[in-house]
Amino acid sequence: MFSNFDYDVIWRSLPYLFQQGMAFTLTLTAIATVFGLILGTLIAMMRLSSSAVLSGFAVSYVNLMRSLPLVLVIFLFYFLMPYVGQWIIRSDQPVQVGAYASTIVTFTLFEAAYFSEIMRAGIQSVPRGQVMAGYAIGLNYREVMRHVVLPQAFRNMLPVIFTQTIVLFQDTSLVYVLSITDFLGAASKVAQRDGRLTEMYLFAALVYFLICFTASFFVKRLQKRISIIR
Amino acid sequence: MPMITIEKVSKWYNPQFQVLKNCTTAVEKGEVVVVCGPSGSGKSTLIKTVNALEPVQAGTIMVDGLNVTTMKKDLPKLRSRVGMVFQHFELFPHLKIVENLCLGQTIVLGRSEDAAKAKAMKMLERVGLTAHAQKYPGQLSGGQQQRVAIARALVMDPICMLFDEPTSALDPEMINEVLDVMVELAKEGMTMMVVTHEMGFAKKVANRVIFMDAGEIVEDAQKEDFFGHPRSDRAQQFLSKILSH
Amino acid sequence: MRVARVRRVRGRQRVKHWLPLTRLERPSVVRSTLSPQAGRGKKQWPGHCMGFWLGTARGGECVNYNWNWGIFWDQTPDATGTYFGSLMSGLQVTILLALCAWFIAFVMGSLIGIMRTLPARWAVFVGNAYIEMFRNIPLLVQLFIWFFVVPELLPGDLGIWIKQLRNGPFIAAMLGLGFYMSSRVAAQITAGINALPKGQRMAGTAIGLTTWQTYRYILLPLAYRIIFPPLTSEFLNTIKNTAPALTIGVLELTARARSMQEFSFQVFEAFSAAAAIYLVLSAVVTIGMRILEKRLAIPGFNEGK
Ligand SMILES: Nc1ncnc2c1ncn2[C@@H]1O[C@H](COP(=O)(O)OP(=O)(O)O)[C@@H](O)[C@H]1O
Ligand SMILES: [Mg+2]
Repeated sequence: MFSNFDYDVIWRSLPYLFQQGMAFTLTLTAIATVFGLILGTLIAMMRLSSSAVLSGFAVSYVNLMRSLPLVLVIFLFYFLMPYVGQWIIRSDQPVQVGAYASTIVTFTLFEAAYFSEIMRAGIQSVPRGQVMAGYAIGLNYREVMRHVVLPQAFRNMLPVIFTQTIVLFQDTSLVYVLSITDFLGAASKVAQRDGRLTEMYLFAALVYFLICFTASFFVKRLQKRISIIR
Repeated sequence: MPMITIEKVSKWYNPQFQVLKNCTTAVEKGEVVVVCGPSGSGKSTLIKTVNALEPVQAGTIMVDGLNVTTMKKDLPKLRSRVGMVFQHFELFPHLKIVENLCLGQTIVLGRSEDAAKAKAMKMLERVGLTAHAQKYPGQLSGGQQQRVAIARALVMDPICMLFDEPTSALDPEMINEVLDVMVELAKEGMTMMVVTHEMGFAKKVANRVIFMDAGEIVEDAQKEDFFGHPRSDRAQQFLSKILSH
Repeated sequence: MRVARVRRVRGRQRVKHWLPLTRLERPSVVRSTLSPQAGRGKKQWPGHCMGFWLGTARGGECVNYNWNWGIFWDQTPDATGTYFGSLMSGLQVTILLALCAWFIAFVMGSLIGIMRTLPARWAVFVGNAYIEMFRNIPLLVQLFIWFFVVPELLPGDLGIWIKQLRNGPFIAAMLGLGFYMSSRVAAQITAGINALPKGQRMAGTAIGLTTWQTYRYILLPLAYRIIFPPLTSEFLNTIKNTAPALTIGVLELTARARSMQEFSFQVFEAFSAAAAIYLVLSAVVTIGMRILEKRLAIPGFNEGK
């Protein structure tokens, strides 16, 4: 079955696959994680705030993003962004936004919705009694958050954030639909150029598997180490 | 002037549901008052209103001459001087026992790390848990955790103490180690408001007993009167139920 | 966005294969060119030929976006109906694909999830390996493997037969999505069974049930009820995850919106319509599941509040 398996095509294309493809995949993952977390924290704070307008906006944003397939959002933002850019800088024609820039913005905005839900769940996972006990010894809202709620919430959500980052890493492969050279895009271009679909796709699967499997192994270890004995 | 005054206090969780109905009572300095009543009658809610952990919609509550119902900025300071012990201990699980005891001292009272630690160890000795100072709450038994929780309140040098069913989440063999600490506190003259069903404790140290039902203070009597001849039917029924064995 | 008169720029259209994703063109902002793609075997594999280059913009051709909500009632270029009808047939494919994939996900997920709770070590190992395998490879890669690789690896005639199936893309997507989701379902089932009090299993054994009977009559009925909410969200994920199937040529909802955009140039009408349909779909599923959950609830066990 693997008798006419051409290992050489993989070997030959390694530099292209990793220096171009994987480099973009990792860049996109890193940027979307960092900015997604920042934006997600803001959205979670809006959601938990007492202002009905802010929390209403946060709820709608999160629900909207979470109901739509990422592929659709990638397309939508890709086409939308030139016009948004035009509107922002008041230009008289649509702004050029390349596919790469567009996906970075898309993933940040999309993942922010998921990260904000993780943060909210983390904060709400801290029992109400803990908040009460904090107030009862005389802490104010900020101090209760800083010393009682967030340290516990953070322990609860850190593994989930990492797991979501692994999911994000896998999801970046969807930029394929914009014909971007991420890792899968690179593999696919080689596959079609050389007519070696079997080799290239199996190799891509293996690489993704090894990375995600290793990462989730460490997340599990981390989870055991930082979990709180209750 | 009483240490705690509760006057015509009413509270609603939502427009249809009134948990507290026009409650009025007072706790004198050095007095021990036991609050009892069927589950869901509003005991926990009432005791939490005393340090404004639960807001109220009507009435006034005064602690040490200060109106807590209208207080805003100074609330944390006041709360730090009212010790509170919860049914489920509510120790902070991410902090060691000694850190649990130091948190409020350093942040709220502004004590130095060393002074806070010294005070914490003194209180741990008092509740007999010095050996566990460096452990986490999850590594202690329920009775030990509750004694730590009492110590956490005591390190703040409280002017009065509130207890919300401190023994009802404990296994029977651990109830006494917690009650012993409380009895000792009462004997030292601490002002205490205690929600509990431990009638032995009430008979031993309480001055007064308050009986609540459906959000109302049905009976507010001296201990001897309450146990000797309760006036209301509801209190009689309640007593006969919990004293029947 | 203001409405202004614009000159529409028509790209080159390949009407013969008006399948989606042969080209990606942003109306007059970015022009794209088709790069020659080698087809695979005798058959043209639609949708996979996506090599085109972006960013070679030719500015100044068009200025503003031209709204036209009436576009849904225009005929599609292949003259088989309106764009609205095209979106609806996309919706049908999305729903059908989601249901088929969910069937696989549910059956396989249950089997693997149960295996992981058995006392036998090997069963747990196999279950874990299964989950790790399907969870750690991106869905898109799994779809490509089912579509491009599996037929190659099958013995000659079978492989050729599969490649020539008219429903090839759909079947590959169904298998790919089904197995991908099954790993998530399995994790939920395991969690549900493990969440039950230990005493339940012992009580089953104590009244003389076999292991199988304990699962069938005691553990599973309770576990499925506990994990009903997470299973609902996995089903919603299955619906959303049908969209990547457009890359192997399944004409589901997003693909239809894509091709509508491609031929009518009404980008926002096309995608907002698709987005709205996804929203309605997930709302309907959520409400339906909530009703079902109430129906199945056991008084005093998981009635909710
Ligand atoms: N946050 C809340 N929202 C709505 N109802 C509540 C809340 N907390 C308590 N209750 C209700 O208020 C009533 C009194 O509660 P509680 O004071 O805890 O009673 P007790 O401590 O006497 O058992 C109960 O019926 C309870 O269900
Ligand atoms: Mg209570």
